[in-house]
Amino acid sequence: MAEFRIRKSVPETVRKGEVFEIKTLVTHPMDNGFMFGRDGKRIPRHIIHRFEAIYNGKTVFGADWHVAVSTNPYISFHALAEESGTIEFRWHDDNGTVHVDSVYIQVI
Amino acid sequence: MSSTHFIGAFLAVEMLAAVVLTAHAQERQLTSGAFPLSGYHYMGTQIQELQDDEFLNPGRFAVDHGLELWLESDGSEGLSCHSCHGDASVSMSGVAARYPQFDENRRSLVNLEGRINEMRTEFMKAEPLELESEEMLALAAYLTFQSLGEVMDVDVSGEAARYLEEGREYYMQRRGQLDLACSQCHDERAGMMLRGDRISQGHVNGFPVYRLIWRSMGSRHRMFRWCNWAVRAEPRELGSDEYLSLELYLAWRGRGLNIESPAVRP
Ligand code: HEC
Ligand code: HEC
Repeated sequence: MAEFRIRKSVPETVRKGEVFEIKTLVTHPMDNGFMFGRDGKRIPRHIIHRFEAIYNGKTVFGADWHVAVSTNPYISFHALAEESGTIEFRWHDDNGTVHVDSVYIQVI
Repeated sequence: MSSTHFIGAFLAVEMLAAVVLTAHAQERQLTSGAFPLSGYHYMGTQIQELQDDEFLNPGRFAVDHGLELWLESDGSEGLSCHSCHGDASVSMSGVAARYPQFDENRRSLVNLEGRINEMRTEFMKAEPLELESEEMLALAAYLTFQSLGEVMDVDVSGEAARYLEEGREYYMQRRGQLDLACSQCHDERAGMMLRGDRISQGHVNGFPVYRLIWRSMGSRHRMFRWCNWAVRAEPRELGSDEYLSLELYLAWRGRGLNIESPAVRP
């Protein structure tokens, strides 16, 4: 399978107390388990089944994904700016891997 | 009395005619082969937005991957593309818009993928990349991205003229169980529906493209194979002489269109 690639975006700086947008897009087949390959065999289910965002150690966003989520899943959500620090993203893959990445957010 | 009726009826007819005519004009805009129109104009606004959005366009992953490959040394010479060419946004700007081209040394047509493999084998002493592999598509997308917005402009003078003619012949030739030429869909039926697809003019300015039905990037030659399958004709090999000539013809036919890669297509 292709490499897991991540694109992420947060504002460069955000004011304390402000609500800001976080966006991520990753490459993943999100095979739903209902499709058949060229060889006539069923392609097993292979999806990201959970996504989480952890802001300075606190889970601020979590989502369980199911088989209807498209290839290369995109998510956009909002968080409240408290302190400068890191936001860690975790994508839980059906294959057992947890893909992890993070961004730094500067609160002014 | 009756004359006002008459004027009323006349106005109504004229208005109707105006409506029909504008509908026709719009239709003609999408159908006429008189000027080239990118496949972009034939798809829904949602997919157009996906293409235009730097963050969401899935083809941009290939471009990012291509940059990594550009910087990576490979082969026994220990060289990367960057070792010789430096910053691609300078050295490769406008280059992809001029491919395919006739190569004096090889005495044949070469497209961008062919050039990439020539660099790898001759200069880097590395293995050629497999056509349609993720790496080849990424590097081709990265190079083509350096020409984003540039006008497609291939040289068809001199030796290239012969290949242009071969490509035109292939394009006009009926083939397959459905006995259809490329031109019968992409010139004569542009703007019409083929099952769920709206047929475009069949230009190559968006390639390498991200096609949603493929869920991946694809080259111009992969598209030709797909269209050959569509009429149940025997597809040619990726990188074959026939496809190279066809590619030259299509690039020339769409001259003046802006490079859109990585385009997104349904
Ligand atoms: C050893 C130095 C060297 C390396 C390494 C190298 N190139 Fe080149 N490249 C050249 C030279 C010299 C030319 C021009 C002469 C030619 O086309 O043979 C060229 C030409 C090109 C062209 C054609 C430019 C045009 O105007 O048509 C492209 C595209 C290109 N290189 C891409 C690459 C890529 C991609 C890589 C890495 C896979 C690469 N090169 C690696 C030296 C190099
Ligand atoms: C039966 C009709 C049909 C025939 C014949 C046909 N195509 Fe296509 N072609 C399509 C459809 C449908 C698509 C996808 C929608 C679109 O972009 O037009 C397509 C897409 C394309 C595209 C991509 C356009 C873009 O903007 O991404 C190219 C290039 C193309 N065709 C080239 C060819 C060539 C070359 C031939 C002849 C070998 C050919 N087609 C024959 C129906 C056809």
